Amino acid sequence: MKKRIVVVGNGMVGHKFIDNLVNHADADQYQVITFSEEPRLAYDRVQLSKYFSGSTAEDLALTNADYYNEKNVEFILKDKVVDLDFDNKEVITASGRREGYDKLILATGSFPFVPPIPGNNGEHCLVYRTIEDLEAITHSAAQSKVGVVVGGGLLGLEAAAALKAAGLETHVVEFAPRLMAVQLDEGGGKLLRRKIESIGVKVHTQKATNEIVAGTEARYRMNFADGSHLETDMILFSAGIRPQDELARKCGIQVGERGGIVVDNNCQTNLENVYAIGECALWNNRIYGLVAPGYQMAKVAVSHITGGSDQFMGADMSTKLKLLGVDVASIGDAHGTTPGSLSYTYSNDVDEVYKRMIVSADNKKLLGAVLVGDVEAYGTLQQMCVNGMDLPEDPNCLILPNVDGGGMAIGVDALPEAAMICSCYDVSKGAICCSVQNGARTMGDIKALTKASTGCGGCTALTKQVMDSELKKLGVEVSNHICEHFPHSRQELADIVRIKKIKTFDDLLDGHGHGLGCDICKPAVGSILAAFWNEYVLDKKHIGLQDTNDIFLGNMQKDGTYSIVPRVAGGEITPDKLIVLGQVAKQYKLYTKITGGQRIDLFGAQLHQLPAIWKVLVEAGFETGHAYGKSLRTVKSCVGSTWCRYGVLDSVGMAITLENRYKGVRAPHKIKFGVSGCTRECAEAQSKDFGVIATETGWSLYVCGNGGMRPRHADLFATSLDDATLIKYIDRVMMFYIRTGDRLQRTSVWLENMEGGLDYLKKVVIDDKLSICAELEEQMAYNIGQYQCEWKTTVENEELQKRFKHFINTDAIDSNLAYVVEREQVRPATALERSNTNIQFVELVD
Amino acid sequence: MSDKPWISVCEFDDLIPDTGVCALVNSKQVAIFRSRRLNEIFAVSNFDPIGEANVLSRGIIGSIGDEVVVASPLYKEHYNLRTGECLEKPEYTVAVYPVRVDDGLVQVQV
Ligand code: SRM
Ligand SMILES: Cc1cc2nc3c(=O)[nH]c(=O)nc-3n(C[C@H](O)[C@H](O)[C@H](O)COP(=O)(O)OP(=O)(O)OC[C@H]3O[C@@H](n4cnc5c(N)ncnc54)[C@H](O)[C@@H]3O)c2cc1C
Ligand code: SF4
Ligand code: FES
Repeated sequence: MKKRIVVVGNGMVGHKFIDNLVNHADADQYQVITFSEEPRLAYDRVQLSKYFSGSTAEDLALTNADYYNEKNVEFILKDKVVDLDFDNKEVITASGRREGYDKLILATGSFPFVPPIPGNNGEHCLVYRTIEDLEAITHSAAQSKVGVVVGGGLLGLEAAAALKAAGLETHVVEFAPRLMAVQLDEGGGKLLRRKIESIGVKVHTQKATNEIVAGTEARYRMNFADGSHLETDMILFSAGIRPQDELARKCGIQVGERGGIVVDNNCQTNLENVYAIGECALWNNRIYGLVAPGYQMAKVAVSHITGGSDQFMGADMSTKLKLLGVDVASIGDAHGTTPGSLSYTYSNDVDEVYKRMIVSADNKKLLGAVLVGDVEAYGTLQQMCVNGMDLPEDPNCLILPNVDGGGMAIGVDALPEAAMICSCYDVSKGAICCSVQNGARTMGDIKALTKASTGCGGCTALTKQVMDSELKKLGVEVSNHICEHFPHSRQELADIVRIKKIKTFDDLLDGHGHGLGCDICKPAVGSILAAFWNEYVLDKKHIGLQDTNDIFLGNMQKDGTYSIVPRVAGGEITPDKLIVLGQVAKQYKLYTKITGGQRIDLFGAQLHQLPAIWKVLVEAGFETGHAYGKSLRTVKSCVGSTWCRYGVLDSVGMAITLENRYKGVRAPHKIKFGVSGCTRECAEAQSKDFGVIATETGWSLYVCGNGGMRPRHADLFATSLDDATLIKYIDRVMMFYIRTGDRLQRTSVWLENMEGGLDYLKKVVIDDKLSICAELEEQMAYNIGQYQCEWKTTVENEELQKRFKHFINTDAIDSNLAYVVEREQVRPATALERSNTNIQFVELVD
Repeated sequence: MSDKPWISVCEFDDLIPDTGVCALVNSKQVAIFRSRRLNEIFAVSNFDPIGEANVLSRGIIGSIGDEVVVASPLYKEHYNLRTGECLEKPEYTVAVYPVRVDDGLVQVQV
């Protein structure tokens, strides 16, 4: 006879229990039956908010009927277990069904607490826990202008983000003096509040709501204890959760004073055959409101039932998340409640960063931490804390920015094997190392094998470090091959193409690679071919190589439409040209924005409109701006000596010369320039790949600066240059970069990885140490001589325009496009707006 | 083989080797690709279920191991052109349609 296991509740933890049991070696000895009050099987509640950004119930599902059928798990949906008959060992459901058990698992989770405020039961007073709740919120938001979230904790802020995204005027009302009072200390809470307010969510702390009555301007009016009030159309309660222990309580299973089903280290209740796991369980007088501890409990209960010896010994409650775009993390004893504990605080109002560490009285161990605005240190601190590792000599370095050794990371080698790396999926360092030993080579492999970093994502960096370090130990060479199709690095491929004068991808693949190629090697080779031979990129033999943006000479936007960025060399533009841009944008209803690169971007053009729009632009004297290419983007200029009373040289003139010289040159990555007319540096040239600054004695050239994800200040390369020498040096550096740079490597990283660094680059370019300077200049001259405006070529040739259609067999347009008006211009409708039948979408231009 | 009718959408010569086009068939958007090396054509749904836009026909095709794939132009997930399965996120698949060349015409069953 199989043992009957009844699982009450098919939430995240109930499902985890079932999944563990049916995959256990002795699975065939058990028959599993599960009941769910909800109308669907377990889904990922942690990612619930993604429902608002378009994820469907199916995307969130953790399992499905097929899987349960295959594993012989019986499941009954929409039927609540309302009573237990201990004498006959049966559960009784709302529909009257009885089901016998040998072991009973209570995995009933928790429910949202709604404070007992008069008026709290209105039609638009909602909670945030299930998919049905989210459906109700979507429905209500579509009929509301203002929304209030009661409760400024973790879930409350997630809910606020959802309301904000739905376009509501959003308020958060919190009883405590600060946000996220459980996880954050006063300083952290304060900064979080400032950041959240700066994105337009109104925060009201220390507000107790006395009653909810009918409003005058909005649906409801909330009256607060301090006499103030707030009008709103909908209210979301997120004032904490309470363990769902109703069934246990009713049937006399022991519950805690403030709720929760009491369990021991085996997750057994006071009745031997009854277990409780997940958010309904009270262990050591604690409820764990996170999924990872619940998963551990599920594992322990399975172990105990099948004769194993796992024990639940508590769990780490550290959290790291992004709330309304703000990074927040809390680790261990974040409030410093441990007697005698000391603290280190770093607070920076300018960069909006707050970090605080709690350490033991002897300054040896880390007890807890709070991070807001910059959570890079999370992985290190969390591991130090849970593994009781010794603090470094000067603990300051753990939270101080970029002082020597600052932002120090622990070597992952120092971590014990048992260190929990991914708490969402309970994956230890040992498990990751083990999967590497079994053949995992990429993050994709690790994710597939262990599920590490597939939950909240907080552990991704650490997981990768563990993987890399283990790979190194195994002596796995971290290959520099561009991809599986070529046993070469980008630099080697560039040499082959140049020296053997290879003109097509097919020839290169035939001679030096195998397979069909892929989206890594094709664009890289396409870029190399263009860099040396500079043929029309949409020539039939090159089209299939072009990446997302190059293939239609425009940047693809999130809905599949394109942006249009004409070149505006040096940022100098005539009124007539400005007018043309305005007229075109108006005619095609394009969203218009001044870019960070001193030019104008027109967004939302459909594929078939691109040739017609560019025809007008080309006729008006515009050229493509290559906003799509891994090539020269913009040369930013300041107004310089022509107008500015401090300018020493004509920076605009030089910017235009440089932009016209290098436009269209393909490179490993994009290239940006800046030219400033004096050392006040209004063009921010020192943050560009090539920075040129005028001085009394000539131009100074800076190289290899970068903004973007990892800013780098450019290095001074040469001073007091005349125009010709300046251009000569730039030609050489740029062509040397094209030859030797790695795929998608900006000049900044290229220089940093160059053996010998800046000095070596100077020797190559200024002293001609490799005797290649003449060749570099020739190559550049050839490339420049081949320049064509790709859009001009395209609009002058009907044949080439044929591809610019959404459908090959009809002139219809993509029915998936939907736009609304915001700040007097169009923008793509959000998922929520699309589902709202009341919204009027902008009529599209054919 | 399904007994749905074969519907012609374009001429074979309209397909530029190693690129895709999109056809509207029975109000479904179908991405059709031609691989020169394999001398084969493929048809899948044009809708990228992750980026949620009708763009797959504009992706780069190629191979990963033994599988023939298209990379979504939006976020670069790969879809197997024979099975429709997403390599990075197997929980996503796109529909695959039978496709053939008949008398110089590209035809699909949708
Ligand atoms: C439009 C613009 C933002 C704006 O509204 O101002 C913009 C928009 C995009 N940027 Fe940018 N960047 C724009 C200026 C910048 C700047 C500022 C600047 O150039 O002065 C930077 C930092 C400076 C730098 O690059 O060093 C910048 C750093 C990036 C990066 C990070 C690069 C890095 O090395 O870290 C990316 C991602 C990448 O290239 O891989 C990026 C990528 C993008 C892409 C191409 C993302 C994409 O693939 O769709 C955006 C497409 C724009 C479009 O559809 O037209 N954009 N981007 C700016 C266009 C400038 C132009 O006229 O061409
Ligand atoms: C919006 C949101 C965001 C979250 N974010 C995070 C996060 O980032 N990190 C994190 O770790 N945790 C997070 N959580 C918490 C996490 O979702 C829970 O810890 C986890 O779901 C608990 O699992 P559980 O199985 O114990 O309870 P649940 O998932 O709630 O499942 C319990 C199930 O039992 C059913 N049930 C109850 N009583 C009965 C009965 N008598 N008969 C039949 N069925 C019954 C319920 O209907 C429910 O389906 C979040 C929660 C929410 C709501
Ligand atoms: S920073 Fe650049 S890449 Fe990022 S959203 Fe803005 S424009 Fe796009
Ligand atoms: S810790 Fe959340 S995914 Fe690993």
